[in-house]
Amino acid sequence: MLEIEGVSRLFPARRGMFGTTAGVRALHEVNLSVRQGESFGLVGESGSGKTTLTRQILRLDTPTSGRILFEGQDMATLSPAALRALRARVQIVFQDPYASLNPRMSVHDIVTEPMLIHRQTLGLDRRQRTDRAAELLELVGLGPQHLYRHPHEFSGGQRQRICIARALAPGPSLILLDEPTSALDVSVQAQVLNLLIDLQKRLGLTYFFISHDLGVIRYVCDRVALIYRGEIKEQGETQRVFDAPESDYARSLLAAMPEVRVPD
Amino acid sequence: MTDATQVTRRSARAEALSRALYRFRQSRLSVVGATMVAFVLFFTLFGGILAPYPEHVAGGVDTAHRFAAPSLAHPFGTNELGQDVLSLVMAGTPVSVAAGFAVVFVGTVLGVIVGALAGFNGGWIDDVLMRFSDLMLTIPSLILAMAVAAALGPGFVNMIIAIALAWWPGYARLVRGEVLQAREEVYVAAARAIGASPARVLFRHILPNIVSPVIVKMSLDMGFAILTVAALGFIGIGVRPPTPEWGTLLSIARGYMPDFWWTAVFPGMAMFLAVFGFNLLGDGLRDVLDPRARR
Repeated sequence: MLEIEGVSRLFPARRGMFGTTAGVRALHEVNLSVRQGESFGLVGESGSGKTTLTRQILRLDTPTSGRILFEGQDMATLSPAALRALRARVQIVFQDPYASLNPRMSVHDIVTEPMLIHRQTLGLDRRQRTDRAAELLELVGLGPQHLYRHPHEFSGGQRQRICIARALAPGPSLILLDEPTSALDVSVQAQVLNLLIDLQKRLGLTYFFISHDLGVIRYVCDRVALIYRGEIKEQGETQRVFDAPESDYARSLLAAMPEVRVPD
Repeated sequence: MTDATQVTRRSARAEALSRALYRFRQSRLSVVGATMVAFVLFFTLFGGILAPYPEHVAGGVDTAHRFAAPSLAHPFGTNELGQDVLSLVMAGTPVSVAAGFAVVFVGTVLGVIVGALAGFNGGWIDDVLMRFSDLMLTIPSLILAMAVAAALGPGFVNMIIAIALAWWPGYARLVRGEVLQAREEVYVAAARAIGASPARVLFRHILPNIVSPVIVKMSLDMGFAILTVAALGFIGIGVRPPTPEWGTLLSIARGYMPDFWWTAVFPGMAMFLAVFGFNLLGDGLRDVLDPRARR
């Protein structure tokens, strides 16, 4: 469903008044393929290029080389109209639920905005959009009573549920989850993860799940890729990677994973 | 969290408003400023009607009682034509305040358009627009306004155009900076990922989040705008007599100082009150709306 073929992204060196900054190779020859209906995990430490990769997939940024195919279409060759239609199919949930909601908009406006933008593809009128927003809120464990509140009235977990409702609004098939739980309390993390798993089963979604938390990845993902300094070090079935890591990086990462020792 | 929001029956907006009012009341000076502004606005609306000698406002003269010192009949005295200074000052309020409002409004609209275009687009558009507004900033505003007013001819509307042309670059720079900052917010990236058009991103996501500093600046600028209007009136290229205007009143009274001090002092006091009030109000609003800039 999503094919990433040889994608590189270089941030060129810049010559400024105080000397030249070194160029950054954020991604180097990344090859990944995400299958319909699975949860694909991408693990890497801070600065390894995870977020840069999501920006390429969303076309918020353009790769220096390589191509990204969504359902067989190269996103770089699409017309602006076709790209916009495609954006209904690929959605994202960001890491920080405190920063990713516009503080001036009500929950209703936030959740209906994607439906408004994609009204031609979705064909919903004003009332239908409001009804659908209420349905979506219920789907993510909130309710219609929250429609006319503003983001600052919600806790982190609730905000992330609003972000998920917004991502679901245009009826996507692929959702990028950019560390969706790392900004949340541990107790809330599990709730949100279970919600995501439940939604995937119900709606047949495909997840591209980014995290640095191996425990979360193991819990959610079918397959996993490890990224380090912009290069994919290893990829495969989650179970296989965790049980029999092939690369040195995978082994060191797993060794660094905190364990809970259960007394015998 | 849920419990707390359910217990408080008030809506979030009412809650935020009462908190803002509380913060505003904490500072006594802002309350004083708000009171002064309310006072000035009251006379803006009703000054013409409440003036005790409406015939003087309309241009009537009473030369028998010229240069009468302040008394019960004429609390602010009378001028060289025997007109009641209190009536003229009261009737001059709407002219000065309306001109101030108009200048700030036109300047804000122009500045927001230029600043938003520059900050949002970046690149050469940003360079061209910002170099142009820097250029405008290098010209002293009063000189520019004088030149424009001289070119267009005197009059109320021309005066407003003249001052507003010198006024917008400050707003353009402010708005550009705020837009540059807001553009990097995650919710803006989120909107773009949803497929929002650039116009939607700008109008729905960026501009609503930068109104607070603009409102604060507008309030602070009101006083300066009123002063500039009066300055243009003073040098004779603003509002023409007999329309009473504070700057014009001062300009005429200048010739009769210091013997007939009341003809100059009272219009000056009115100006002082308006300018000082709007400045204090602006400072108070900044504390409420823009807490980053506090102290």
